[in-house]
Amino acid sequence: MFDLDKWEEIFSSIGKNKLRTFLTAFSVFWGIFMLIILLGAGNGLENGLKNEFSNDAINTIWVYSGATTMPHNGMKPGRHVQFTNADIEEIKRTVPGVVHISTQTNIYGEKQINYKNNQGAFEIRASYPGHRHIEKLEILEGRFINDADIMAFRKVTALSKSVKAALFKEEDAIGKYIRINNIPVKVVGIFDDSGGEKGRQQLYLPITTAQKVFSMQNRIDNFMMTINTTSLEESNAIVEKIRAKVAERHNFAIEDQGAVFISNKIKELKKYTNIFDGVNIFIWIIGIGTIIAGIVGVSNIMTIVVKERTKEIGIRKALGATPFSVVSLIVQEAIIITSVAGYFGLVAGVGLLEAVAKNVPPAPFFDRPEVDIMIAVYATILLVVAGTLAGIFPAMKAAQIKPVVALRDE
Amino acid sequence: MGDNKLHVLKGIDAHIREGELVSIMGSSGSGKSTLLNILGILDNYDSGEYLLNNTLVKDLSETKAAHYRNQFIGFVFQSFNLVSFKNAMENVALPLYYKGISRKKRNLMALEYLDKMGLRNWAEHMPNELSGGQKQRVAIARALITQPKVILADEPTGALDSVTSLEVMNILKDVNRQGITVIIVTHEKDISEMTQRVIRLRDGVIEN
Repeated sequence: MFDLDKWEEIFSSIGKNKLRTFLTAFSVFWGIFMLIILLGAGNGLENGLKNEFSNDAINTIWVYSGATTMPHNGMKPGRHVQFTNADIEEIKRTVPGVVHISTQTNIYGEKQINYKNNQGAFEIRASYPGHRHIEKLEILEGRFINDADIMAFRKVTALSKSVKAALFKEEDAIGKYIRINNIPVKVVGIFDDSGGEKGRQQLYLPITTAQKVFSMQNRIDNFMMTINTTSLEESNAIVEKIRAKVAERHNFAIEDQGAVFISNKIKELKKYTNIFDGVNIFIWIIGIGTIIAGIVGVSNIMTIVVKERTKEIGIRKALGATPFSVVSLIVQEAIIITSVAGYFGLVAGVGLLEAVAKNVPPAPFFDRPEVDIMIAVYATILLVVAGTLAGIFPAMKAAQIKPVVALRDE
Repeated sequence: MGDNKLHVLKGIDAHIREGELVSIMGSSGSGKSTLLNILGILDNYDSGEYLLNNTLVKDLSETKAAHYRNQFIGFVFQSFNLVSFKNAMENVALPLYYKGISRKKRNLMALEYLDKMGLRNWAEHMPNELSGGQKQRVAIARALITQPKVILADEPTGALDSVTSLEVMNILKDVNRQGITVIIVTHEKDISEMTQRVIRLRDGVIEN
């Protein structure tokens, strides 16, 4: 129902009652503004959390060796647990649910890595082919190390993008030989790591090659695997199986917490998501509270407005205003004020979030404080509708006032 | 307003012809304002009949009552009852808004009626910038703009000094001469003496 004349009537009334217009508008503006800021902050925390975990696959279990802390089978505590390739093979063979398994064994000691005259000190990781699924490596060129490399002790390597850039500059690297401590190693692939380890300077060697070249026998530092489930219970069951298996193989008490450290990423993520679910619920409660405060504010003001305008309404009725026209005048005024104020709250809130997202660098556990624009729009609509409803009841009451009463001289 | 019934008027039998200038007199509590409100369709009555322009006015819906008020009746009040945030012209034009007349046209008409009241130069002034007499003239212009059948004036001079009162009465007489029925509620004898007929109320009945 577009009635230009009514709008002019409304605008003249809005313009001539600035304080009450401002107060109504402000409570709506503030409600929407705060809701958006809160939701944005909540999303910022959630994005930050996701970043923390996105550099590796989430459904992984990491196993690190330690030293025994309990006597077991007549052996004293304090024995160092040393993993070997056989552990990996055994786990892979006997624990159901394990998909990719690998190690990330460090090559100790000073290593000279060079290609022609370019050289540098980079992190060397000795691993299995499955490692690229665990670290979520993106292969840019060539291939990652494969099973054949492992079997045949091939001297091949996959370089991270930044190592390739440091050693080869613009030159093509695939098929060329770099030297590690003067041992030629063939470059078979270039990769990029996702998430937090992006840009790290690393190169991967087949574990068997590294063990042979650097005389490490069959030792590995640790092992990690992806599993075929994301459920907390199933992953915990797998952890228990691994613990039992390792305890049996290395002859320590299963309840010995010092002998191996097993980190279940699903469990850790769950811990954080629980916290953030709580934070989100909290944010929604506050946000809804703010909206309710806005609605109460609007209804309060509308009640006062109607009271204040009782006489005017009486005059209008005496001059021929129908109850409908009285209600629609007041309600449309409420709609205009709340929607304009709501819109400004929306723009201001989103604007502030954008400014924060642009100018504040991502911190751990806080990144991109954005808000789902549809939620913001719905909240605004909700507040406008509520403001309107809040206006309707006093307005209907006002429309029922008898002009005699309204016009009675004080 | 309240639910408990209070019998203010206890049997009124009167006929006011078209074009008459009548005053209703009585002391406070005599029921004269109640009668005027019933005549103005601002209030309901319990029993009896009220015919306005040969139409029975009883138990009308609010919307219908609003329509009749807009069409047939112009009100003039003791306290003027101008809308405080509208200027003189907008106040005069307001009844036409409820008749659905465009803003431009009704403002033009309002200026014309203000001109008749000698207030053309005050059209842009807000009510609080006008004197009592000027306010009442604005109110009369507003009552007249819909060309009603009846002007109902509730103590129109109650808030005015004697000179201004006389002015206002002259205007109302003038209005009456154009054929509009004017009914004035007053408790002032000299005001009622200026009308053609006086209906005296006492305790809710007409005195003879």
